[in-house]
Amino acid sequence: HRHQKLLLYWHSIDFFHYFFRSDIYYKASHLSRVEIHQHNSVHIKNPILEITMSLQTISRRLLSRSTATLVSKKSKPLVTTMATRSYLSHSQLPEEHKMIYDMCRSFADNELSPNAGEWDKKHEFPTDAVTKLAELGMMGINVSSDFGGSEMDALSYAIAMEEISRGCASVGVIMSAHNSLYLYPIDTWGTDAQKEQFVEPYATCAHGDGLKVGCFGLSEPGNGSDAGAASTTATLDGDEWVLNGTKAWITNAHEASAAVVFATTDKDLKHKGISAFIVPMDAEGFSLGAKEDKLGIRASSTANLIMDQVRIPKDYLLGEQGQGFKIAMQTLDGGRIGVAGQALGIASASIDVAAKYALEREAFGKPIAQLQSIQNKLSAMAVARDSARLLTWRAAMLKDNKERFVREAAMAKLAASEAATMCAHQAIQVLGGMGYVSDMPAERHYRDARITEIYEGTSEIQHLVIAGDLFKEYKQAS
Amino acid sequence: MKILVGVKRVVDYAVRVRVANNTIDLSNIKMSMNPFCEIAVEQAVRMKESKQASEVIAVTIGPSKGGTETLRTALAMGCDRAIHITTEQRTDFLEVQPRAVSKIFQSLVQEEDPSLVLLGKQGIDSDCGQVGPMLAGMLGWPQITFAASMEGDSDKLTLDRETDAGTETLEVQLPSVVTCDLRLNEPRYATLPNIMKAKKKKVDVRDISTFADLDLEPHLQVLEITEPPPRQAGVMVESVDELVDKLQNEAKVI
Repeated sequence: HRHQKLLLYWHSIDFFHYFFRSDIYYKASHLSRVEIHQHNSVHIKNPILEITMSLQTISRRLLSRSTATLVSKKSKPLVTTMATRSYLSHSQLPEEHKMIYDMCRSFADNELSPNAGEWDKKHEFPTDAVTKLAELGMMGINVSSDFGGSEMDALSYAIAMEEISRGCASVGVIMSAHNSLYLYPIDTWGTDAQKEQFVEPYATCAHGDGLKVGCFGLSEPGNGSDAGAASTTATLDGDEWVLNGTKAWITNAHEASAAVVFATTDKDLKHKGISAFIVPMDAEGFSLGAKEDKLGIRASSTANLIMDQVRIPKDYLLGEQGQGFKIAMQTLDGGRIGVAGQALGIASASIDVAAKYALEREAFGKPIAQLQSIQNKLSAMAVARDSARLLTWRAAMLKDNKERFVREAAMAKLAASEAATMCAHQAIQVLGGMGYVSDMPAERHYRDARITEIYEGTSEIQHLVIAGDLFKEYKQAS
Repeated sequence: MKILVGVKRVVDYAVRVRVANNTIDLSNIKMSMNPFCEIAVEQAVRMKESKQASEVIAVTIGPSKGGTETLRTALAMGCDRAIHITTEQRTDFLEVQPRAVSKIFQSLVQEEDPSLVLLGKQGIDSDCGQVGPMLAGMLGWPQITFAASMEGDSDKLTLDRETDAGTETLEVQLPSVVTCDLRLNEPRYATLPNIMKAKKKKVDVRDISTFADLDLEPHLQVLEITEPPPRQAGVMVESVDELVDKLQNEAKVI
């Protein structure tokens, strides 16, 4: 009986949070929302509770909006509710997330940080390190164990991305492009046959044929942000699709053996004419452009994918015809959490190098860490990084709770990438002349950070996504 | 063959400890598994993978919250199950001392009947290195300390033992206690699937008070803890004769 009362109390408080969250159930009635909420959270079937909740719902419906707001302001905000798990710091994380954090951190310290400078200088893909990551299950982190993956949640992915990227940002992007952009769409929209062929061998190294990496072909020389204007074409010829066109700026191009490619079957339908295809990169007519000579993340290869009459079997269509744009957009939502993680890693690495240096370097008779200008900088860097981290964790936790997270993911990526560039910029400033030379990693962090504001949706696009979602909320309310 | 592995939760090796009031302040300090215990766990897991061992049990003595983290790491590396002896007392020699640890392990060995007990050679907090030899003495088992390599089967092991004078190769009949040194192996990172599997593995939690009939009171009292003297700058010498003179008369090493 006391347990029931406690449940009622928890539910009644949480109900108001639910009432004001904009979510995918916005068209559902209050009654159904309470039912869904209860179904999601508590596995106790209690008809008396359900009836009581329904009566409560009806009576609350009769209250005016202002009264409802007043009541919700009075109730204590819960950090942890029964339906929504919410973690705000590393110490609050569940055991397995802490273990992932520790493992990734020591992997980055031992295997990545010591070599990242060398890989950057030589523009060298770190095959051994990435193979070790694959053996640890990090190159199939969200894939279900049925297809060889580690079946971890988005929060684990965000934490892993931050710690790995802290060691080497290039390895971070290799990992994120492979997990979010290649594996996720096939794992989500693929048939079992497609998953067996294109997910399982790529999620794990267990097949003995070494590391298998995938890539994502959306951007073209003629369009990046304007993804709907794709000009790569796909024509059905008998029981084969014939692909023609060029994709630009493709991460992992030179190491990947399969690609998720977006092509249009009917340009007149604009973005509704785009479909997603799985393309084995050893197909005839498929070639790669030269590796781009980039400012940063130089250990990862970026190049054009050139398709000249590339033929693929009919059943390599991913999802339904015309569904491509939606697949791309939803894939990028999840990818933004990964890139936010990468940007956080770069920001953290910058703070590490700046703080350690400031404690040792002396000027005007004392360590520069005692000077206010330096303290102000480090403080601003830490606030920017920590706020971006909270935004990233929020987006990841919403995704894990199967709630709509489009706006939050865009906010996380926007904040984290701007934090990365700011932290890297200030880290060079703190290091002074030493920040400008390759003896210290600050200059590499500066170069690595810059791309995070550009790829997977430029900051400008993120603003559009956030504003669009924000206005939608107000339009609904009125 | 069953293997019992001792795992100690210590101050993380990278942390700079501070001495205050004749004690080390452990609040808000990062703790992790003793590096030599990691090597012991890795060795046990390798023996299981090569089918020499059938079961690996990890044991720790530590606080209820922190101890489970250490055991989950051991389970994620590949141990089958774990035993957690909970105590809120300090396990860094100040309160729970090697004699007490050895007695608890003796009791567990009598209960679990393993053929091999693997331990780290010493804890990096107390640097005692006593539990291995003490436990062997209490059990009447042979002991090999500072093992740098290990081969064998379910009856006997051939080990290289590191000493200051060099390496000696020894053969030992099981059951035996072996303490592991740095060069024995390189511990693995826990893979993500294993981290998830570790959640489901059994951890048997018992309070240290259940061993009250064993005399666990510390017999040694710590009188003083001081930091080592700060590192002095070196001295430049002009000639070999001067060097020899200083070594003989000042440092007194020759």
